Amino acid sequence: MDRALFPEGLERCSFGKFALWMGFITAFFLFGLYAMLLIFAKGIVVTGLDNYFGFGLWITFDLAVIALGAGAFFTGFLKYILKIDQLKNIINLTVIVGFICYSGAMLVLTMDIGQPIRAWFGYWHPNVHSMLTEVIFCITCYCLVLVIEFVPLVLEQKQLNKIPFLHHLAHNMHVNMALFAGIGAFLSTFHQGSLGGMYGVLIGRPYAFREGFFIWPWTFFLFVLSAVGCGPIFTVLCCTFMEKLTGRKLVDFKTKALMGKIAGTMLTVYIFFKILDTWAWANNYLPSVGMTFDQMFYGVIYGKWLMFTEIILCGVVPAIMLITPSIRNNPTLLYTAGILDCIGITLNRYLFTVQAIAIPLMPFDNWQFYAPNWAEWATSGMIVAYGFLVMSLSYRYLPVFPQEKMLNK
Amino acid sequence: MKAKEFNIKWGMVIDLDKCTGCGACMTACQVENNIAPMVDSSNKLRTLSWMLVFEMSNKKPCPDAEIAYLPRPCMQCGNPACVPVCPVVATDKNEEGGIVSQIYPRCIGCRYCMAACPYHARYFNWEDPIFPKGMEKALSPSTSTRPRGVVEKCNFCHTRLQNAKDKVRMEGGNPEALPDGAYMPACSEVCPTGAITFGDLKNPEHKVHELAKSENAFRLLEKLGLAPQVYYMSKREWVRKLGDNYAATGKPGAEKKHS
Repeated sequence: MDRALFPEGLERCSFGKFALWMGFITAFFLFGLYAMLLIFAKGIVVTGLDNYFGFGLWITFDLAVIALGAGAFFTGFLKYILKIDQLKNIINLTVIVGFICYSGAMLVLTMDIGQPIRAWFGYWHPNVHSMLTEVIFCITCYCLVLVIEFVPLVLEQKQLNKIPFLHHLAHNMHVNMALFAGIGAFLSTFHQGSLGGMYGVLIGRPYAFREGFFIWPWTFFLFVLSAVGCGPIFTVLCCTFMEKLTGRKLVDFKTKALMGKIAGTMLTVYIFFKILDTWAWANNYLPSVGMTFDQMFYGVIYGKWLMFTEIILCGVVPAIMLITPSIRNNPTLLYTAGILDCIGITLNRYLFTVQAIAIPLMPFDNWQFYAPNWAEWATSGMIVAYGFLVMSLSYRYLPVFPQEKMLNK
Repeated sequence: MKAKEFNIKWGMVIDLDKCTGCGACMTACQVENNIAPMVDSSNKLRTLSWMLVFEMSNKKPCPDAEIAYLPRPCMQCGNPACVPVCPVVATDKNEEGGIVSQIYPRCIGCRYCMAACPYHARYFNWEDPIFPKGMEKALSPSTSTRPRGVVEKCNFCHTRLQNAKDKVRMEGGNPEALPDGAYMPACSEVCPTGAITFGDLKNPEHKVHELAKSENAFRLLEKLGLAPQVYYMSKREWVRKLGDNYAATGKPGAEKKHS
């Protein structure tokens, strides 16, 4: 029925099957949409947030997807600026994943603020001293860059590309893509860093506060490194997941292993500095403000196992796996390392968001617990569903994978 | 980080040995600042209490068990954690007197300031204020109500400062040199045991000037370097020790004070 819209020479499942799949995903999307409308109508009182936990699942989700979406800017940087040509096989996917992650995060942010109608105040009344201001500006600008990077791919759709103007527009945008890749790398580096800086400047939160270089706390640099240490491998995981769903080969393993090597190298650098940073924080900074390492943790849900899981099991282990060629070149082990890596970075964002504010600093105060409720889960699920919808449409109608035809002969 | 200094520094000294935990300060604060009662206030992590009384215990069994109460307003920190983080300049510390402001029509409700404040002195308006029938007649005329979705906090009853200045102007005095007691927040005025003393910490004619220097005076979480303008005092050592973590745990840690 929609065969004429498929990418040149490629097979896709029947329209009925596709419609059923889209309907299934849309159900999740609509449930989240209902929660979102409820939140806009009644305010965030319908969530599980409170005065102790002003930040919760949404901010963790935002930070995690922005880190995982870092494959877009970093792969773009390597492909267009450092000219690693092999990455052309996966660059389109990184752009789509990045676009989904960033646009989704922005949507969550509009829900998360108490006065969504004042969201534009961030641009109109900016506080130049706030890391969040930098995040607001850079995320918006970078999302626009991702749109610019996504548009040529849409214009290359078989039928659209037959229109001469759109064909030339797509071609010229491709020619100048290095410029956007450069702008994207600059913007993305800064806001990934500023997200870390947001926590690092919290002088009243010893779990998160870090000293640093000039105006940037160490978390600024750690967040940049951790994002580029997981973003590329997250794209590989997305690709492999799509391969499992569609039953078709989409990217050759050599390219995936290269992405694993890139992520592994950055993750190794990151985890080295993360361990140094944690050591200095526990032994130098915490005692200087009269606190101990033990006071940062409590029971099971705020236990030390979280930090050890983050740094050792989901940090050191995947870093070693990804930089060791014999392990990296085994698909199962590559994906296992990738999953651990992504869990570790997500856990890092969770700890900086929730653990940091859960710690009772006044000695007579108590640990409080936070559990996201259905409205937060549903809206976060909506963003995931939105990602599935965009990705499904892109896969079906756009020439996302240049190797697909060759790999499925 | 250096605390922001002003010629006048409004501050409190709260004598914890005098505080009975009666909660009159909390009530006075709610009335003065038009804080609406919540329809369902069973979740205490959602209620608005600009002034909140904490209970402290020496954790000893009877007959040595002791209890103390600690009223916690906004600390109006000299080096506030909340001000530099606000993305839209909805909170600032730039007025003579050193009170940290909160600009409700500017606040976007991102709650970054709440995450920044270790004293939990900032509150979010989870719902629009709804005053029970008849109560609207008792609202403070000079204090604005706040809409759903913005952050608010204690401002040392700022309207009372304006009123005190106006009164002194009318009487031909200097509004920048208010006499002791001319300006007093509702909590301080209402406290039945006189536990909350308020005034200009820099003015030797104000009682707080001396009280803050008392050997029994301390500030909450002083080692974090936020330089609060609220002081506490107690003759009981265990109470003073609960003012900061290193004292409470008996682990002094490194001597190096964080810069």
